[in-house]
Amino acid sequence: MLEQASDIALSKAALSKDKINFYVGGDLINQIISSTFAARTMGAPYLGVFGACSTSMESLALAALLVSTGAARYAIAGTSSHNCTAEKQFRYPTEYGSQKPPTAQYTVTGAGAAVVAAEGDGPRITSATIGRIMDLGLKDPFDMGSAMAPAAVDTIQAHLQETGRDPGYYDMIVTGDLASVGHPIAADLLKRHGVPIAETQFNDCGLLVFDLAKQAVQAGGSGCACSATVAYGHLLKRIAKGGAEAAARRGDGRAALAAVLSAGREHSLHRACRIHRTLIDPKEDFRCNICGHFWSAGRSASSASCCSTLPS
Amino acid sequence: MATKEAGRGPASYKPLSMSPKEYQQFAKSRQPSRPVFANCVRAFLVGGFICFIGEGVQHFFMAAFDMTSRQAGNPTVAVMILISVILTCLGVYDKIAQWAGAGTAVPVTGFANSMCSAAIEHRSEGLVLGVGANMFKLAGSVIVFGTVAAFFVGIVYWILGVSH
Repeated sequence: MLEQASDIALSKAALSKDKINFYVGGDLINQIISSTFAARTMGAPYLGVFGACSTSMESLALAALLVSTGAARYAIAGTSSHNCTAEKQFRYPTEYGSQKPPTAQYTVTGAGAAVVAAEGDGPRITSATIGRIMDLGLKDPFDMGSAMAPAAVDTIQAHLQETGRDPGYYDMIVTGDLASVGHPIAADLLKRHGVPIAETQFNDCGLLVFDLAKQAVQAGGSGCACSATVAYGHLLKRIAKGGAEAAARRGDGRAALAAVLSAGREHSLHRACRIHRTLIDPKEDFRCNICGHFWSAGRSASSASCCSTLPS
Repeated sequence: MATKEAGRGPASYKPLSMSPKEYQQFAKSRQPSRPVFANCVRAFLVGGFICFIGEGVQHFFMAAFDMTSRQAGNPTVAVMILISVILTCLGVYDKIAQWAGAGTAVPVTGFANSMCSAAIEHRSEGLVLGVGANMFKLAGSVIVFGTVAAFFVGIVYWILGVSH
């Protein structure tokens, strides 16, 4: 699956495998073996990373660093995870009848890859903030959202302060896999810390990847493919479609779940598709080119936030 | 340039000031609670239903093969295990268990499921080192503590002079 994702990314970038200077990849299995096999097929110099939930943004940040320092012209960041292997390695056998609490999350089966190039017309990575481990002593392996939320908050605040930006600078701030338990906690923490998070859309890949009302995934998605598939497959397309001139993204707040076998980690990514906010003029008809929402002339200015919810 | 940078910077945000204990409280108040009562009702209904089926199977053996209820016990357990293993192999048992909780975990069907699921999971690692070594991964603790408990209960029986 990771090989396929990398091949699709390469074909979209109209590149051949021998043009790739570095392959940065990771997954959830022991010895990140899936990535190693994908790298074997790719044949490019390989850097393996393990960041659990943060792998996709960690690998992307490293790929971007390699490209921006001139060490590489083209680098691929690839990430995959699989529900059954994660269950086997970190939880119970897949067919074992254990009852999962409502705070549990469902590891996403998927793979995502991105080609980072020195030049081109795709969305650009303008900054990346690497997060710290925040261990607040949560020990429930079936509640990773609560364990990861403080790290996500810490990373988002660090990013905003380092770049001197307000949350409103971004059209969307997206966390990796906090899901329905951790995400509201992170939002509450941000509010308590005086971050005007309501200026932007604050969302989460773990909430976007599944239809929580219809699919039995408890609190939502998790695993490193969660953010990889949502970011590379959905959000990047929306950025590209929005014609955004800058896509700032940031990766990698991390939390460690102390005393459990897996370190749950969180990354958050930021993006800017700053197009509609400036285009919506109340005196004109306007169709949002991202969500397709139509606004007629004469509406009140306050209602001009069509992308407040993501189209499913 | 430097002044401009400083001028547009956001107000400095508060760092996380909560102690781990405070945060655990904070997070706990925002977590969905486990539906304990609903789980108990479901466990009661499903567990009871499984025992009802077992009872039916037992009566079938007693009627069809002219067994006493004691004699019918072993084949009944075998049939229940077989049903559980088939449901596990079809990938249905874990779905039922998510709804039923302890209702499917406590009867003998749950024990069969724990062994069967581990055997399926580790089949890819071979028969001896995979299935053989990992089959009791989950069920092993049941056997260990079951044996230990039986040992202590046996000692209590011996001290009290109770015997069957």
